[in-house]
Amino acid sequence: MQSMTGAKALMTAMEKEGVKEVFGLPGGANLPMYDEFARCDIRHILVRHEQSAAHMADGFGRVSRKPGVCFATSGPGATNILTGIATAQADSAPMVAVTGQVPVPMIGRDAFQESDIIGMANPVVKYAYQPRDAAEIPEVVKKGFFIAETGRPGPVLIDIPKDVQTNEAEMSFPNEFKIRGYHPWTDPDMVNVQKAIEMLLHAQRPIILAGGGTIISSAFAELQAVAELLMIPVVTTFKGKGAFPENHPLSLGPIGMHGHAEANKIMTEADCVLAIGTRFSDRSVGTFEDFESRLKIIHMDVDPAEIGKNQTTMVAVVGDVRASLRIMVKMLMQRAIKKTDETVWIKHVKEIKAYWKENLKIHPGEMGAAKILRKLREILPHESIITTEVGQHQMWASLFYDVIQPGTFFSSTGLGTMGWGFPASIGAKVAKPDVPVVDIAGDGSFNMTENSLATAVLEDIPVIVFLLNNFTLGMVAQWQRTFYDRRMIGVDQGRCPDYVKLAESYGAQGIRAESMDELERAIKTALSSDVATVIDIPIDPEEDVLPFVAPGTPLKDMILPS
Amino acid sequence: MIMWAILSILVENKPGILFKVTHLFRSRNFNIDSISVGVTENPEYSRMTITTVGDEKQVDQIVKQLDKMIDTVEVRRLDEHKTVYRELCIFKIRLSNASDSMEVNKLANAYGGKVHDVKKDSIMVELTATPDQIRAFEELARQFGIIDVARTGVAALQRSGA
Repeated sequence: MQSMTGAKALMTAMEKEGVKEVFGLPGGANLPMYDEFARCDIRHILVRHEQSAAHMADGFGRVSRKPGVCFATSGPGATNILTGIATAQADSAPMVAVTGQVPVPMIGRDAFQESDIIGMANPVVKYAYQPRDAAEIPEVVKKGFFIAETGRPGPVLIDIPKDVQTNEAEMSFPNEFKIRGYHPWTDPDMVNVQKAIEMLLHAQRPIILAGGGTIISSAFAELQAVAELLMIPVVTTFKGKGAFPENHPLSLGPIGMHGHAEANKIMTEADCVLAIGTRFSDRSVGTFEDFESRLKIIHMDVDPAEIGKNQTTMVAVVGDVRASLRIMVKMLMQRAIKKTDETVWIKHVKEIKAYWKENLKIHPGEMGAAKILRKLREILPHESIITTEVGQHQMWASLFYDVIQPGTFFSSTGLGTMGWGFPASIGAKVAKPDVPVVDIAGDGSFNMTENSLATAVLEDIPVIVFLLNNFTLGMVAQWQRTFYDRRMIGVDQGRCPDYVKLAESYGAQGIRAESMDELERAIKTALSSDVATVIDIPIDPEEDVLPFVAPGTPLKDMILPS
Repeated sequence: MIMWAILSILVENKPGILFKVTHLFRSRNFNIDSISVGVTENPEYSRMTITTVGDEKQVDQIVKQLDKMIDTVEVRRLDEHKTVYRELCIFKIRLSNASDSMEVNKLANAYGGKVHDVKKDSIMVELTATPDQIRAFEELARQFGIIDVARTGVAALQRSGA
């Protein structure tokens, strides 16, 4: 037992959890916690808006698989991080958000900068704590980190009233604790794994659908082993992009609204699917009815509530998907199952894949999205980490940037939060400073959090913003062209700002690339620079993302480029 | 097929849990028909009994989502045939004729109810019964005129060995 303040206990407990960096912004109600940065080894990274702090923590968490930590003050500071918390929840990213709160006697009196953040955050957090006694803090932190990173990861909010931060108490830092209602691990049911194998062996046209859970649990080697032993083609959800090397002969890429043509085609023809760590989002499946009506579904997921939520399944394996796949691999090896013969199905899959590789029409101009992103892929080392913003560029990245090393591609896929990619890339770079980190961006999204350039420059976090700039809210414009008879409302961004000058005004490097030669030079310059770089790439505002499956229609009805 | 379900939820006896449980129903687009909450013999826990309607898939989802909540210790869907479930209900009934008082008394007796607060113009009936029985009583009481009703929501426990 040691006597110390709540604020000191918070920092001590976080150090015990291995926290080295915190992303945040101070204010009246979290100053006692900030004062402790002067007396501990945790690095504070100052943001320019609390939403960005949450996205940085999110990016850090997805890459390191440890909770990223963000700090905000009470009231508006806390409400500003809500979007970031909701984003992390929608994509199951580990995060601990620590907010200041008005002192306990002031709660409920509509005090200055008071907001009921516990009430507001409830539906978008995995759990939330509001310690009312300083002595609770060590255990709250311990449990909070445990909940954030175990099972299906997610954000945990710790809201600490100012007097609880300043009060002294006898603190003990427990190693043991019990959360009665929390059971993050279930042992996969061997019988169901066995059933799944039988179904896959007996299927005429089996397919594997790898979701984001495959990446969260790092089940890359196990997934590849199952696919290769059973010779089954692999598609992914958008969040699962890069769970399987996209240059592998069995890889077809993401399915969905802007899935690869070959992936959507083969998914439409399959008769049995092994779905791994996915919630069958509407953006992936097109319509819920289409899948369950024609597919035998095997579903592996760590979250039992996902089983049967969006799709009726024939076999479910609840548990960490890596553990489940490992059992499957072991069973296949024991039975010496290793398919080598080219079935009719696999031959067909390869034909379809080859056809679309040759025949998918892309923008004819020199600076079409496909050419730009393939150039980026060509130059970037395989271990580079990609984050994206949300919009057309994001879907082009899905279509034309092949992820070779699994687990190097991250995006706001569930909530679809514009402005996520840039701060998330900063968090990713903090987690992995030795690899290049590139935010594939669009101008509309980049506008939302571009002031994080200050953080990137002043905190010496040299990320690359790869800006496909069509001066338009491009995805909305595409929908207006497609569904609203070309009535373009509220999408023109004008030539504003000048992104090269914007970058330079922050002390970052700004490069404009208007030809392939310039683009190649710009990427190489950015990779060899030790300062954050914005590569501004003007593109055609009329270019659509294709293929396109209109919302509420099945994958087979995808609209192809004409 | 739309069905009625009784859910028995053992939760940590801490502030804010009722809010979280009801919020879950709202945000997942589920219905709460009735809810009753009280601390258990162990003061660390409270038991919530929630009745809801939905099809098999929806009820299954509700149970799973409740189970996923960190503050719920145990979630069970009770089989009504193997469960004792009751609701307490207080009716304030209008008395218009001289004979009404006697008639209401008879009706209350038939349902095992108790009579309170007998006034010239009104009478109260306390009834502990299943929701079906309460509905039947309500139908019959309507002929006199129902002034007000207060219901507790269902409380339920599974029978031993069931």
